[in-house]
Amino acid sequence: MKTLSDSIEKETLNFSIARYSILDNKGNITGALPASISDTKLVLRAYKSMVLGRAFDKKAIALQRTGKLGTYPSILGQEAISTAIGLAMGQEDIFAPYYRDLIAQYLRGVSLKEILLYWGGNEQGSNYQNCVHDFPNCIPIATQLSHAAGAAISLKVKGIHQAALVTCGDGATSKGDFLETLNLAGAWQLPLVMVVNNNQWAISTPRNVQCSAETIAQKAIGAGIEGVVVDGNDYFAVYYSIKEALTKAYTGKGATLIEAVTYRLGDHTTADDANRYRNPKELKEAWHNEPIKRMHQYLINNRLWNEVKEQALLELVTAEIENAVAEYLSYPKQSSESMFEFLYEELPESLKDQYAEAKYENYSLKT
Amino acid sequence: MSKTHVNTFDITLIESINLALNRAMTLHPEMVILGEDVGVNGGVFRATEGLRDKYGLKRVMDTPLAEALIAGVTVGMAAQGIRPVAEIQFMGFIFAAMEQLATHAARLRNRTRGRLSCPMVIRAPYGGGIHAPEHHSESTEALFAHIPGLRVVIPSSPIRAYGLLLSAIESNDPVIFLEPKRIYRLTKSRVTDDGHHLPLDSCFILREGSDITLISWGAMITETLQASQELSSKGIECEVIDLATISPIDRQTIINSVKKTGRCCVVHEASRNCGVGAEVAACVSEYAFPFLKAPISRVCGYDTVMPYFQNEQNYLPSTQKIVDTVLASFISLKEVNHAV
Repeated sequence: MKTLSDSIEKETLNFSIARYSILDNKGNITGALPASISDTKLVLRAYKSMVLGRAFDKKAIALQRTGKLGTYPSILGQEAISTAIGLAMGQEDIFAPYYRDLIAQYLRGVSLKEILLYWGGNEQGSNYQNCVHDFPNCIPIATQLSHAAGAAISLKVKGIHQAALVTCGDGATSKGDFLETLNLAGAWQLPLVMVVNNNQWAISTPRNVQCSAETIAQKAIGAGIEGVVVDGNDYFAVYYSIKEALTKAYTGKGATLIEAVTYRLGDHTTADDANRYRNPKELKEAWHNEPIKRMHQYLINNRLWNEVKEQALLELVTAEIENAVAEYLSYPKQSSESMFEFLYEELPESLKDQYAEAKYENYSLKT
Repeated sequence: MSKTHVNTFDITLIESINLALNRAMTLHPEMVILGEDVGVNGGVFRATEGLRDKYGLKRVMDTPLAEALIAGVTVGMAAQGIRPVAEIQFMGFIFAAMEQLATHAARLRNRTRGRLSCPMVIRAPYGGGIHAPEHHSESTEALFAHIPGLRVVIPSSPIRAYGLLLSAIESNDPVIFLEPKRIYRLTKSRVTDDGHHLPLDSCFILREGSDITLISWGAMITETLQASQELSSKGIECEVIDLATISPIDRQTIINSVKKTGRCCVVHEASRNCGVGAEVAACVSEYAFPFLKAPISRVCGYDTVMPYFQNEQNYLPSTQKIVDTVLASFISLKEVNHAV
């Protein structure tokens, strides 16, 4: 007998999500390395950047623990994603980062000193001298996504064939800003790349509490754009997927959502203690998949690297970081009156008395 | 090059908004307009009528129905050299956009030490009196005035709408431009489309008087001017100030006026509690207290939820209420003591 559902279900919509993985956690390449990413110089630069990022992270946490830096969010475990973004993007593209993307920022020209100034509570840390169009770190979750969409619209309006790239965490994908931006990216075919750092944790809330969809990438289907999953601890796969997405954006073929699956090996920030909510076994497991060890192994296997080079790199990286720390620690703090100087283009008449109060120690209120 | 043609029109406030938008679009190729129904439909109040045909899809964009997104992409565009003018269809729906306005638009210049800025305008019709459905009639200008880094501008006539909107668009600061929809089509006045700007840092003295300073803005300017006429027939000459830019406020004009008149009454449609009237009153008592001959008074909307439209006339301050409040300022202290 024919059932009701037989007569109303004419067609079922099926979809699939591509999953990119190139370098396994033992440092082996699965399949052939695409020519576009096998340039040795670039691969070595990627490795060095990841090593620098991890060393910087360690130093930043130490500075915070000794009272020399404010609250700081560790990037431990997410180095491959940020490095791939930094190396894949063109200098004329526009980057809207979340707050665990310092390697990408560094590769785009933000100095380590500026990064320290930002987390050290000095606004000059967002006054990037070398990548003047990039957005600063974004603390309110997911709000940077629509800025990137706005930047993508601006490129379209100006007729510039570049792209905007925005990052966020898995927690951000629960917010309206994420879904609204995804929707617009599809509706307006924006030259936009959205990269989700799915590190499994939003402070203490695990990924499965954020949403029940099997992948975050599939949310793109609902917006009419392509979504892909990549192994976020695999530099090659992330780089490849971002390059593809950027090329698509440059050629007017629209936006891409990339879910880079990784793991937050550290606490949410220096103000957090993940031991309160995270199973230590899970963390131990995650360390087997971290991105730097496998890259190191790959380089050794291919005779591109050795221990002498490793030592030399560590020394170089340490010197660069110490230099930046010294610059940061001796950087003058912002003046009191600077609170007013950048609030409006010109200081409004009505704020002049407050400005004077902030500026002059012995200022007494006029009557 | 041909000389720019200057036309003069007898137009309503909403038509003057359209005229200013059109002028600015011609002058600034980097300017775009975006919002819900602003394209083919020309906006639900017709503020953007004809602009899409004239400037094309790329510069007049119908957005998805998402206010947070509209504000967010506006910030993003403004930071990247575009001059966006976004419409939020009614102020009652602006709350979804609040996060972007407070956490980004108002702060981007400061947090990047001037590297990036937000030369953007958010336009929104506001206020009661047109028998609109729930959530279409509130006056929440004080919420924006409390956010440092934003400019909050409210016109009260076709001429001021034209001149203030042009300035708002050319300002390199984010401007919340609130349009009193009750007077969108109330009267026509002569507006010359000559690109004449009005300042965003000054109030406007609409009527000079020696006995009391009445301070108001937006649609309530209508009742305030009516009250001042009625009071004139009773021998009280009111100085009427249109605050126009709610924030940053022009204190000097207010203080100078109160020093002259010795009395002050603030009239606004928004709720009294923590309304902009409270800031004006505080400013007068801080800077002109010795000159006051009577307590500062406020005529405001009630501290209630905006009622459904059957009752909105009972919420909105009336001309009579302004007249009565002003007259109370002239009761001698002796009489007050007697009454108590």
